[in-house]
Amino acid sequence: MSDDQITIEVDGKELPARKGQMLIEVTDAHDIYVPRFCYHNKLTIAANCRMCLVEVEKAPKALPACATPVMDGMKVKTRSRAALDAQKSIMEFLLINHPLDCPICDQGGECELQDLAMGYGRDVSRYQEKKRVVKDKNIGSLIQTDLTRCIHCTRCVRFGEEISGIREMGATGRGENMEIGTYIEKSVVSEMSGNVIDLCPVGALTSKPFRYSARTWELIQRDGIAPHDSVGSNIHIHIKDDKVKRVVPAENESINEVWLSDRDRFSYEAIYSEDRLQAPMVKEEGSWKEVDWETALDRVKNGLKQVVNTHGADQLGALASPSSTLEELYLLQKFIRAIGSNNIDSRLKQADFSDQDSAPAFPWLGKSIAEIESLQSVLLIGSNVRKDQPIVNHRIRKAALKGASVMVVNPVDYDFNYPVAVKRIISPDEMISDVASILKALTENTSANVNEQIKHKLDHVKTSDIHDQIADNLVNSEGAIILLGNLATSHPQFSMLRSLAGEIAKATACSFGYLSEAANSSGSWLAGAIPHRRAGGEKNMATGLNAMDMLQAQLRAFVLLGVEPELDCWDSQLAAQAMNKAEFVVSLTSYKSDAIESYADVMLPVSVFAETSGTYINNEGVVQSFDGVVSPLGEARPAWKVLRVLGNYFDLDGFEYQSSKDVLTETMQKIGNIKGDNLDQWQLPASIEQPQNGLQRITETPMNMIDSICRRANALQQTNDVSDGTIHINKNLAEKNKLNSDDKAKVEQENNSAILKVVIDDRLPDDCVLIQSAHPSQIGLGPSFGPIRLAKG
Amino acid sequence: MTETKTTILSEHTRSEIDEWLKKYPDDQKQSAVLAALREAQHQNGGYLTTELMDAVADYLGMPDIAVYEVASFYSMFETEPVGRHSISVCTNISCMLMGSDTIVDHLEKKLGIKTGESTADGKFFIKCEEECLAACCGGPMMMIDHKYYENLTPDKVDEILDELD
Repeated sequence: MSDDQITIEVDGKELPARKGQMLIEVTDAHDIYVPRFCYHNKLTIAANCRMCLVEVEKAPKALPACATPVMDGMKVKTRSRAALDAQKSIMEFLLINHPLDCPICDQGGECELQDLAMGYGRDVSRYQEKKRVVKDKNIGSLIQTDLTRCIHCTRCVRFGEEISGIREMGATGRGENMEIGTYIEKSVVSEMSGNVIDLCPVGALTSKPFRYSARTWELIQRDGIAPHDSVGSNIHIHIKDDKVKRVVPAENESINEVWLSDRDRFSYEAIYSEDRLQAPMVKEEGSWKEVDWETALDRVKNGLKQVVNTHGADQLGALASPSSTLEELYLLQKFIRAIGSNNIDSRLKQADFSDQDSAPAFPWLGKSIAEIESLQSVLLIGSNVRKDQPIVNHRIRKAALKGASVMVVNPVDYDFNYPVAVKRIISPDEMISDVASILKALTENTSANVNEQIKHKLDHVKTSDIHDQIADNLVNSEGAIILLGNLATSHPQFSMLRSLAGEIAKATACSFGYLSEAANSSGSWLAGAIPHRRAGGEKNMATGLNAMDMLQAQLRAFVLLGVEPELDCWDSQLAAQAMNKAEFVVSLTSYKSDAIESYADVMLPVSVFAETSGTYINNEGVVQSFDGVVSPLGEARPAWKVLRVLGNYFDLDGFEYQSSKDVLTETMQKIGNIKGDNLDQWQLPASIEQPQNGLQRITETPMNMIDSICRRANALQQTNDVSDGTIHINKNLAEKNKLNSDDKAKVEQENNSAILKVVIDDRLPDDCVLIQSAHPSQIGLGPSFGPIRLAKG
Repeated sequence: MTETKTTILSEHTRSEIDEWLKKYPDDQKQSAVLAALREAQHQNGGYLTTELMDAVADYLGMPDIAVYEVASFYSMFETEPVGRHSISVCTNISCMLMGSDTIVDHLEKKLGIKTGESTADGKFFIKCEEECLAACCGGPMMMIDHKYYENLTPDKVDEILDELD
């Protein structure tokens, strides 16, 4: 037994404890119940609710268990007369001002105050005076406030300071006039803000979209996996009358701990969007008609067969959303390949595929999610990790607060909720030379062993103090990682970034990883939903066309799985053109839109998450399966079933699955052991080019625009994290072009142009414009990156 | 952004805050928040605006809400517009025994406002002072703009108010 170990006695039982632990941690660990409101094991100790008072021998008064460190031989009574009296008195105080409006309170039934009032409250209040009333505040589209109910536990305030990293809520006023709120009327902007709903022990902060739509005791809780980022947060789905009513986090210490990003929490609203496609539809002489599944599938069979028979199978292409399940992706690639085409891809936002044959088996994070918080250095290249993978960002934040150096090479000066040690904000073109400069700095000033083959290509590369500093940090850290983010993957010279970053990682012996974009980016590689590898990475076959090439080649037939190409693809104009030109387009989609209706010939309604069973493989390679927990809306069916039946319609072998489990078993047999390995999985560049001059476009996808589900989730669409359909330029560029905020600018790319409103945005480097993707106003433009022209509109 | 926010603090205010900042370690700038708010309030004729509080927050590198918390907690900060002369009459026990009620009545009648209100011309504000002002030997007393006036009579109050500009 080490010196740290002590023994305390609680309610007559001897319990082992560690020195310095708080009493409540010990009782919690041994399932001894102590009531509490303000204590939360992920937050600092405030000890302001006093509900956890317990009797401690030799102490003159009851002590709060959350703020009392244990001492050897301490004797504690949690249910003695003195303890219960203290707890009951506290409850009486709390109920003085708390309204007794449980019947109309959304928290009713899952309210910690209500529960404890049952155990510790009196039948009748002795308090005759008026209760205090606090005016409600509007703090945005996600969180409903009812601050009269607030008991001032300050969990939400501490959450802002300690977890989300922006103090948005506070306690203003004092004494009876103390109020929790934002003081000024404003929306909370944290990408994790919804967690305060779970933290609030009373009905002061509740979910706005969920409000008054069900009582909590009517809900059935089922497990699920969040479908929007590569973290794979665990969720509970709450259901009433076969409908998803809300989503809350499920605890998984190694992935999302107890948190959930707002995107994952509120996207369920889109399940019941008006846009939902509820019956199979076919286009007949230009107009859409609802038909039964047989008719629609017959039409798909005839349409695809006609193209394949007349023009060959290589005129058939498939684009799949990387948010599709593993089973769906596996079946889609199996189907397409069985027909004779290798043209399948889910890397919709990527443009540079030149080194895909050397790429790793899947874009692995390089470490487990949990390990990230104990790193000493993190170099982010092309990443807005805070919005794109909020849970990973939370781990990086934990590391940063413990002293890790976070370094950033980005084309936009994104806001991080922790100190950033080194920041390079440069144009996409310069990112290449800048990463090369870091590599060069390694050769000049450190003992790092840089690959000889690349060394001599760095002769013309210049370095500065900043590059030395980054190099230094990476070399001297115990535990460092280089992470390529969404903007790196969609960089027009992604392969160059990959190889340079990879060489830096190799030379400094630090980890190297990818912050992949969608829930199943990993799964889409492993399932073979890529043109150059089959499931499990099998390579010996003819390489099909990648997502960009398929669009460029203007194939004659497309199968789309959960994709809106004009919104989801790297070059929206090219995608829209290819779709409109194609002879036959079948869209397996959960939603209809004017665009889909204009180019598709058949729309097959497929389930969204919660309606289908399936599997996601997250960024760290963890395989997580889930069940369908509600019935698909209308005639919609899980996409894996649709693909299976399509296989049968085509008389293909091996499409006789009984359940999605069968598909999973077959897929996992092909995949085998999932082992993340990014090392040496790149091609060395022939040379390192100097950055070009001229105006460049940068494209980001705001967090709530990432897939067709988010884009239809009402409350999320009212937040700031959506595309605004404008063009962002910095002050210098505005002056140069004599443009002011709100002016109209004419934006031209290749032969396309659009008129967009100007926003002055000083997060941008010179000679760059930022456009947010997935907005109708920019579909007519062109590639996400590259040259762009700007004039007064 | 930051620059434009703090520029509403006058040069004098900023130099005063800088003096206070010298007393604290560099990473503990928030220690100067009370002094900084006092200076900002002084600059603005006796009350704080959200813009001023935001400026103080920026100047000290604090979250805006943390400054709102402080400003709304302490009674010496006004977060709503008030008259430029702040009058606090002590009504605690010693002063009350010496007739502070008469003084309050007289003030209210003379200025035509109730305690807690400001005159329409923006000159006077009768602050609702709840604490003893620690001048019991000179009761009844009042404080106007940090200055104490003791052994008051209605006539003396008139005299004092007349002298203020």
